[in-house]
Formats: sequence, C-alpha cells, structure tokens
Amino acid sequence: MLNSKRSKIRWSFFVFFIPVFLWLMFLFVLPNLELLRMSFMGSRFLGERGFTLGNYTSFFLEPIYWLTFVRTIGFSLLVTFIVLLIALPVAFYITKVTKLKLKGLLMTLIMVPFWVSEVVRVYGLILLLRESGVINRILLAFGLWEKPIEMLYNDASMVLGLVYTTLLFMLVPIIGVMDSLDDALIEAAYDLGAKKVVIWWKIIVPHSVPGIMSGCIVVFMLVIGNFITPALMGGKYSSWFTQIIYNDFIAHMNWNRGAAFGFLLLIISSLVIWAGMKITGQKISTVVK
Amino acid sequence: MGRDENYRTKNQYGGEMIRTLHNKKSYKIGYNAFIILYFTLLFTPLLVISLLAFNDSIFPSLPWQGFTLDWFFGKGPEKIGIFHNSRNLKGIFVSFKVAVYVTLFSTTVGTCAAFLFEHEQFRFKNFFYFLMIAPLVVPGVIIGISLLIFATSIGLFLEHTIGLDVRALSPGIFLVVCGQASFITTFVSLTVIARLKKFDRSLEEAAYDLGARRFEVIRYITLPFLRPAIIGGAAVAFLLSFENFNTTLFLVGADATLPITLFTQIKDGSTPVVNAVSFLFIFCLSIFALLNFLITTRKTKQ
Repeated sequence: MLNSKRSKIRWSFFVFFIPVFLWLMFLFVLPNLELLRMSFMGSRFLGERGFTLGNYTSFFLEPIYWLTFVRTIGFSLLVTFIVLLIALPVAFYITKVTKLKLKGLLMTLIMVPFWVSEVVRVYGLILLLRESGVINRILLAFGLWEKPIEMLYNDASMVLGLVYTTLLFMLVPIIGVMDSLDDALIEAAYDLGAKKVVIWWKIIVPHSVPGIMSGCIVVFMLVIGNFITPALMGGKYSSWFTQIIYNDFIAHMNWNRGAAFGFLLLIISSLVIWAGMKITGQKISTVVK
Repeated sequence: MGRDENYRTKNQYGGEMIRTLHNKKSYKIGYNAFIILYFTLLFTPLLVISLLAFNDSIFPSLPWQGFTLDWFFGKGPEKIGIFHNSRNLKGIFVSFKVAVYVTLFSTTVGTCAAFLFEHEQFRFKNFFYFLMIAPLVVPGVIIGISLLIFATSIGLFLEHTIGLDVRALSPGIFLVVCGQASFITTFVSLTVIARLKKFDRSLEEAAYDLGARRFEVIRYITLPFLRPAIIGGAAVAFLLSFENFNTTLFLVGADATLPITLFTQIKDGSTPVVNAVSFLFIFCLSIFALLNFLITTRKTKQ
C-alpha cells in the first residue's frame, strides 16, 4: 500500500517537474548562457571569429559606452530615491491615515494607471508637456506665458516620466509592510512626546525596511532596463544604456557587442539587488513578494 | 475586533497623524493637499488622453474644437477612426492572440511549478526555486535579447546540419510568446504558491484514505481550492502580456503588438487615433478595476 502510493507520487513529480524544467531551461537558462557565449565571440560581419574579449574592451575604450552606462546607473538611483520619497507618505496615508472605508477605493485608484500600458502613460505626459501641449495651451490662454515653452526632451522630463511610470511598484510593497505596523507603537511614541520626524525615523521607516527594499529593487530594475521613457521623453543627449543595446541589435547588427553590453547590464542590476539584500539581510524569496 | 471599533470611535475626533491621534490643523490640511495633488497628477495624463480622443481636431492637442466620435468611427479621408484603422486593429488583434497563448502557457506551467515547489520534495529544490524567481529580477530587455540570440543560434544550427529552415525561430509571434511567458509564468506560480500554502493537506490525506488516487485528489480537491488564485494569476498574466514592451521589442517580427505599434506612432508623430486606442485601453481597464473592487469589497463584507 505504502509502496504503491509512493510510486504514484514519484510519477506526479515528473508530471510537474518536466514542464517547469523545460520552461526554465529553454526560456531562461540556456538563452542566458548563449548570451554569455555570444558576448565572447567575434562579430560575424567583421570576419573575426572565435573567442575574443573585444566586445568588452570596446566598452571601456569608447567613452560614449561607459559614460552612458554610468549615467544610466546614476539616474536610476536618483529616480529610485525620488520614488521612495513620494511613496512613503502616500503609503502611510493609505494604510494609517485615511478612513478605513476609503482604503479599498484608494488602493484600486493607485493601481488603475499602472495597468494601462507604459506607452500610454508616457503618451499622456507627452500630450501635457510638449510645446503644443495642454499645459502650454492653458497657460498661454490665461496669459501667464508669452510663448510656449518646450518642457519635454530633457533629463528632467525623462526623470519625471520614469518616476510616474514606476511609482506603483514602490507603493505596493510598502503598503504591505505598513499594514502590519501596530498603531499602538506610534501612539505610544506620541504619548511619550516624540516628534513626527522622530516617529518616522525611529518607528515607521525601520518597520518598513523589507517593503522599502523590495520596492527599491523592483523600481531600480524597471528603471535601468527601461526603454520607452528615455526614448520618448529624454532629449538628444539623454541616451539610456538599453538604447545602445537596441542600436547594436537593430541598427548596427552587431549582436555580439550587444550581447556583451546586455550582460553588463545584467551584472550591474544583479549586483545592486544583491547589495540591497546584503545590507538589509534579506533573501531573494522574501524580496520578490 | 474590539480594537478596531475603538479606532473608529476615536477616529470621529478628526485630526490625526494616524487615525487615532490629534494633530495640528495645518499638518492635516497640508497632508491632505499632498495626497489630493498626488492623485490628481496620477490621473491627469490619462484624462488628457481620453479627452483629446473626442476633440474634433487633426492634432492630439488643444484648443478644443468640438466633440466628435470620428477618431473611433470615422471612415476618412481626413479622419480615419480606430475601427477603420488597419494598423491599430491589427496591433490589438496580435496583442490579443499573444496574450491568450501566454496566459495558457503561464497558467498551466505556473500551476505545475506551484505544486512542484509546495508539495514535492526533490534534490536541488532550492536551486530550482532560485531559478524560477530569477526571471523577475532580470530586466525585460535582457530576456528579449537572450531569447533572440538563442533562437537564432538554434535556427542556424538546424539550417547548417539538417538543412531545415524553421520560421518560428526568427522574430515573430512564437518568440514573443516565449519571451513573455518566460517571466510571466513566475508571476502566476507565485500567486498560486501563496494560495497553496494555505491549503490544509489533511484534506488530501482523507481523500487518500477513502481510496482516491493522486490525480483524482488534485482534480477534485486541490484544484477547486486553487481556482481563485489560478483565475487571478491568469488575469494578471493576460494584462502583463497585453501591455509588455521591453521583451517584445526584440522579438517582434512583421506582426507588431499594440504597445509596439503605439510606440512607433508616438515617436513618428501621432494623430488622435492613438488617443482613441489608448482611451479604449483605459476604459476597459477601469471597468475591470471597478468590477474587481466591487467583488473584493463584497467579499470582505461577507
């Protein structure tokens, strides 16, 4: 009896294991290994074949590449920080300040814009900000400005777009952890005379660290790997590292260098995630929830 | 429960850092203003898009020239509405098709993964769990290029060795589905795993004792329990697929999905037909969100 049950369970193991194994191998592991292999191969159009480090050395030799790389990382950190600053008070309001009845409604409201495709969201911002955009028209109509101002196509508009587009991914995990913060702690601190800044710094933020960390990781990853927003809202000089990868693949047809750059992007985003988890002592399985 | 009611009575006194505490009026007003500003800014872009979809102008901008439905139903020659615009209609159709395939794949495999990691014991389980989570923290662009390279390499290999030209391995719908499924499956499996953790396994034991076989137990006991999570996961998978851009960008062939064709149109200068498509997008999602909201509030009331 026991034996037959056991053999059946093994059989079910393979029914579950094989599809999962095929998914992970063919859609994730092998493609990434192939990416790594190709990044060490000479470009097929230049005639050099076989192993080479050329794709990686060109990254360090051409300032445009590593400068864009550094720029992308810097702006990604900046955007993540801004998003965090906005998300903390909003999350706190939704979990602790607003009436309980309103909470569900507000939760739904913050979600809606983010289920709409990122292209559409960015398009809305473009319609607002561009030279013939809604803001310019309204301000001109009221005589506040004399001639339209181009508010698009610079670093500031790009940062605004990236913040707008990733806010939700910071809000959801932070709301999750703030929900579990016992109001009594805040009340007690308040009764003991603590100022709001102190309550934030000593109670709310430390309690929210797991949520903050997963929010920061997701936002950073979404920003550094973003393509739409820098392409549509950034200026001529607001190039993003993903655009360089895209150009290598589509315009220059230099897949090997593109693969090397892609791998560099993968390494830096993994490093940041790893560092974030080390600092706060979390595991990947808790972060993704 | 007692605590909760306590909050509500205290809450009536108003001013608060949290619901229960008193605060200066200026703080309260400032905070509320910030939140109102936040929600206004959050929705302004979407409202502007929707509004300009009904503007009787050939540019998606002010001034307001009067109300029209031409950008939905117009037959041309000046204004070709969305329902006569083959490019956007095709985009919607392709996105829909891709989303259906991705949903089927990710729901099936994601549910298998949930059973595998929750109910089975095997060697290297932690390693495989890590592999399953990893697609979530890999940028979508990387998933796109790695699959493109992998598929091309296989295609070249097949062509050189057995002279077989496999069309599916060059950019197109098949690769788009593969690329999106590779990370969307993780989302579904995490949703199902969360629900499976709450499953009382003694129910299974009881069924075994009554003589049920493993797959009967799964079919009649575990799967019905998982149904809400599987449906929820499928809905999320569909939406994620429908709006995906980064992974799709590198894998798309001649058949552009909706986000890709919208991107090209916006980059090249758009007409309000883009607004009309976006409005339909926003409208459908709002209905979806509203239904979801009503269903969840009804559930919590019960």
